[in-house]
Amino acid sequence: MEENKVGVMKPQKVLSIKNLVKYFGKRKILKDISFDVFQGDVICIIGASGSGKSTMLRCINQLEMLTSGEIIYDGRNVVAERDNLTQYRTKVGMVFQQFNLFNNMTVLENCMVGLVKVLKQDKAVARRTALHFLEKVGMAQYINAKPHQLSGGQKQRVAIARALAIQPQVLLMDEPTSALDTQMVGEVLAVMRSLAKEGLTMLIVTHEIAFARDVASRIIYVEDGVIVEDNTSEDIFNHPRDARTKAFLSRVTNSN
Amino acid sequence: MPVTFFEWVFFLLQQYGLLFAKGAVVTLLLAVSGTVIGCVIGLFVGILQTIPLYPDDSIVKRSFYKCLRAILAAYVELFRGTPMIVQAMVVYYGSMQVYNIDMSPLFAGFLVVSVNTGAYMAETVRGGIISIDVGQQEAAKAIGMNHFQLMSCVILPQALRNIMPQIGNNLIINIKDTSVLNVISVTELYFLSKSAAGTYYRYFEVFFITCAIYFIMTFAVSRFLLWIEKRMDGPDNYSLVPYDPLADPCGPFAPKKGGN
Repeated sequence: MEENKVGVMKPQKVLSIKNLVKYFGKRKILKDISFDVFQGDVICIIGASGSGKSTMLRCINQLEMLTSGEIIYDGRNVVAERDNLTQYRTKVGMVFQQFNLFNNMTVLENCMVGLVKVLKQDKAVARRTALHFLEKVGMAQYINAKPHQLSGGQKQRVAIARALAIQPQVLLMDEPTSALDTQMVGEVLAVMRSLAKEGLTMLIVTHEIAFARDVASRIIYVEDGVIVEDNTSEDIFNHPRDARTKAFLSRVTNSN
Repeated sequence: MPVTFFEWVFFLLQQYGLLFAKGAVVTLLLAVSGTVIGCVIGLFVGILQTIPLYPDDSIVKRSFYKCLRAILAAYVELFRGTPMIVQAMVVYYGSMQVYNIDMSPLFAGFLVVSVNTGAYMAETVRGGIISIDVGQQEAAKAIGMNHFQLMSCVILPQALRNIMPQIGNNLIINIKDTSVLNVISVTELYFLSKSAAGTYYRYFEVFFITCAIYFIMTFAVSRFLLWIEKRMDGPDNYSLVPYDPLADPCGPFAPKKGGN
């Protein structure tokens, strides 16, 4: 795996989403979404509830099947090649709003299971990797705990470690702090911040506008299933081009 | 000859103690083995019925699963919808008359109990599987697990834990309901009690003993299953593990090269 040095080399294109369309029944949720993700990008996807942000993320990971469109990873359209789906998913990690930890496993087992079962690693090796990432999110002490014994923030940090353990190239985060109370939001955001600093490529659907402003290298503003604006964080917040972006930002920043 | 009720009970126990014990063993054997095999059948049927099908799967695969599911659904409906006592008659005498298979009553009984329990367990397992929230399935998929892995590592262990009370129910029901197998002369507890009662015409005393034996068996089984459930849950608390970064010198990408 190559070192990720943002700015030294021209960043490599990791994911390419082309003309993504998604219907739920007759309702068109996503209308022709296209964008590229480059190595080291920290992209925050913002927008009102129901605008299709989460669906977009779930489509990228193929948890939702696209109605049409392409997702290009490593030069291949992963939508067409269903056989390689599990392999592709090990390259694109996902963190969920509801954590979704495996309740029958301890914290350590949660982080190891992907390595042992999917990547067929030796248990000792998997254990070390899992411990490394649990340490990174500050949960290494809790390896023997079961998910139901942890607080929300702790669960989400374990979920992040679980996703990181399989060492994906891109991490998708679907409103990772929305199910947490304010005190716990801080600890999860801190972890995400440090990951961003390390250069991990992330796609984050979030309502934490202040966090997005702080951490994101790029912001994608979604409204009614279309990308209204896709620009650097600096430009979106200081010089939004589209009137809709402007309206949204003034709405959320005022209410904060 | 004994006079009072308790004298009779004591007398009958002395006379037929071994008989009662034999009957109890057969009953327990039938119930436990029938429940275990029934659980295995139910597990397979339940899993087969919950395999997801996608619109873009090949037509062959989809029609294969559709046929399979129809057959399994028919099995469940048929065996849930008819009394076990009748099934026992049909299987035992039918196999003899139609296929010329002379199976022992005990084997026929075992077959009927297993298949019957399987039909109930199929639905129970299906319920157990759909009771595990979809989020965990998605999380398992998201780290690259295939359907088999996510079932065996994540869903089934939890589903099995959740349906343990229902498995217990089935086992207890089976202990009691194997008594209907007396119609095909399976020498289980009820059958032997009936013959014991006939000798001295002491129906009340004999069946009082039988009643007590049934209760002791079901009660013991229910306590035993509770204990198993407790064990499955694991310890209530956990201990913090001090983490020493120096003991873990590997970087995030080091393990790919193998061990130390």
